[in-house]
Amino acid sequence: MTSSTEQQAEQLSATTLLRFATAGSVDDGKSTLVGRLLHDSKSVLADQLEAVEHASRSRGQEAPDLALLTDGLRAEREQGITIDVAYRYFATPRRRFILADTPGHVQYTRNMVTGASTAELTVILVDARNGVVEQTRRHAAIAALLRVPHVVLAVNKMDLVDYRESVFAAIAEEFTAYASELGVPEITAIPISALAGDNVVDPSATMDWYGGPTVLEHLETVPVSHDLATCHARFPVQYVIRPQTAEHPDYRGYAGQIAAGTFRVGESVTVLPSGRTSTIAGIDLLGEPVDVAWTPQSVTLLLEDDIDVSRGDLIVPSHDAPATSQDVEATVCHVADTPLTVGARVLLKHTTRTVKAIVKEIPSRLTLDDLSQHPAPGRLVANDIGRVRVRTAEPLALDSYADSRRTGSFLLIDPADGTTLAAGMAGESFATAEAAAVQDGEGDEGWDF
Amino acid sequence: MTTSIDTVDGSTDSPYALTHLDALESEAVHIFREVAGEFERPVVLFSGGKDSIVMLHLALKAFAPAAVPFSLLHVDTGHNFPEVIEYRDRVVAQHGLRLHVASVQDYIDRGVLRERPDGTRNPLQTLPLTEAIQQHRFDAVFGGGRRDEEKARAKERVFSLRDEFSQWDPRRQRPELWQLYNGRHAPGEHVRVFPLSNWTELDVWQYIQRERIELPEIYFAHQREVFARNGMWLTAGDWGGPKDGETVQKRLIRYRTVGDMSCTGAVDSDATTLDAVIAEIAASRLTERGATRADDKLSEAAMEDRKREGYF
Repeated sequence: MTSSTEQQAEQLSATTLLRFATAGSVDDGKSTLVGRLLHDSKSVLADQLEAVEHASRSRGQEAPDLALLTDGLRAEREQGITIDVAYRYFATPRRRFILADTPGHVQYTRNMVTGASTAELTVILVDARNGVVEQTRRHAAIAALLRVPHVVLAVNKMDLVDYRESVFAAIAEEFTAYASELGVPEITAIPISALAGDNVVDPSATMDWYGGPTVLEHLETVPVSHDLATCHARFPVQYVIRPQTAEHPDYRGYAGQIAAGTFRVGESVTVLPSGRTSTIAGIDLLGEPVDVAWTPQSVTLLLEDDIDVSRGDLIVPSHDAPATSQDVEATVCHVADTPLTVGARVLLKHTTRTVKAIVKEIPSRLTLDDLSQHPAPGRLVANDIGRVRVRTAEPLALDSYADSRRTGSFLLIDPADGTTLAAGMAGESFATAEAAAVQDGEGDEGWDF
Repeated sequence: MTTSIDTVDGSTDSPYALTHLDALESEAVHIFREVAGEFERPVVLFSGGKDSIVMLHLALKAFAPAAVPFSLLHVDTGHNFPEVIEYRDRVVAQHGLRLHVASVQDYIDRGVLRERPDGTRNPLQTLPLTEAIQQHRFDAVFGGGRRDEEKARAKERVFSLRDEFSQWDPRRQRPELWQLYNGRHAPGEHVRVFPLSNWTELDVWQYIQRERIELPEIYFAHQREVFARNGMWLTAGDWGGPKDGETVQKRLIRYRTVGDMSCTGAVDSDATTLDAVIAEIAASRLTERGATRADDKLSEAAMEDRKREGYF
């Protein structure tokens, strides 16, 4: 136990931020793992623990139920389940963490997609007694689909299998083979007992055969930035800043958050969809001029030429401009309760641009359990993942989601009431061709949601 | 110059990795600009507390060198700390902002709202707030709420749709994916926007320190006449404290939050500088609300219930 002075020094020294998500079935011990991470990293404060103890007692439970730390809504406490994504915050000496705590129930798969969309890492929990099950394969497939860069397989409840290495090794091998085939770039398997605290924050005393990091150590050291050299630089224009004051009579800046890559003063740029070109005359990083800026900085770009640029435009390097098109082919996760049907008139929001669109075709629905494609389902219902072809009223500069999670993603929105219908990822679903192969008519029960 | 930043040893000290404060700042600025780009009549809730002060600072940076394209709205409980009102008016004048005030006292004087037996006016803010939103037809309302504050807030979206009665239904929230915020709303509905969603109390303080943001004096240790109630130090005042059996004493205290005087408690502290305040918070074993908010102790779901009704 660290003293409060040490703890204060620790919290203050953390510099980088890691966003990660958890995925696990109902009884895999996800709440216990999250509770353990928060508790053992000393992110639970006395009054919160007191509230949990009080609530546990009033329910007749003997020990404080750490799951109550994370179930925030009345209905969740009443039913003892998690019904929605919640975000948790904790810090260690090395990092700050934002945890998207996503429910394990199958019917809340859209929430898992939501949590994974902003995550740099996903922790997938498996019960050591059950090994890789259908739900594990779904979680791996969602992590692969959402292109989460790092996946941790936490083989939990090792205490219930006598901490045997052979059990862990078999599960890790099976999972790694499956997830690699989906194109998950990095998989780290860790044997844990969330209940007993083995390898969560502190190394296990009972699993000396394991030489890798604990869950927390891994979270602290995994790289958070990508290789900017291979990124296509993209700048969606959010807002045009024009003070029109005596001090700044001619200032015309294009405000936005760099979605990918780097931008430099002096660089030749093209504005899409118009195709007009100019040169970056200056970059303001929140009021301070800089020579270079990179994702995900919010900046203001100043161009040398007075060309027409407005919200929804995309500024890109002239030598690396994406093609524009009115035909979008993508994988979508349907997140609304009303179905998505062929012929539906929708709005498509891509970066800062919202355009009218029609769903032309729904070629297939994906069954995540075995990655088979159910051809021409006609519609997608809540939690379905499927391929769609959408025609937009105006050209869009969409990257492949594989190249850029930020400029390859979009929302479909119901124009009538504004409901978010679907989360879209342009281009191919999975990184490997085998996984995307269509297996007609096989295992055709679809998704049993 | 190379821009390859992945290092083989897993080190995170890349020159292109943003610090956590830069990452949070960039995200918040993005949210402010999204609202400016998509809404007709946004407003920033401004209480003179540290979270709303940070929001205003971020808005000033987001649109510099132009002016902030939003007005401010203060829901005034009538039980204010004078230092905070003085700060509010000074900031508004300094930046040439427009301030709307929704007054709980007016509602009580008109007989629309009735004083509660416990004297706290926090729950009474909901009606003036929601009526001001309707009256001015605000379609986006920025709040300084942070998800680390409270369990119900941990479920809150960055863009949170409210119906024509300003109600929040946690089970009918829009999934929020990537950085694609959906601000669509029908006439009469509005969106609550929380740019500080992902900030913690410590982040706010470290940011205030880094940016050298001025705060009202009550955040720093000072001598004050207080009395004890429900384990907290409350400031004596004409709002109705102290009552029989409660005695006033002079103590060295400071505030961790700013709210209605009747339910915002002070903590014993000798922290007179930002450094000292940050050290104190980092070492604290109590959350901000647990230490200083009487109204959150009313029930396990107090915040959720108030949020459902339209509270911020």
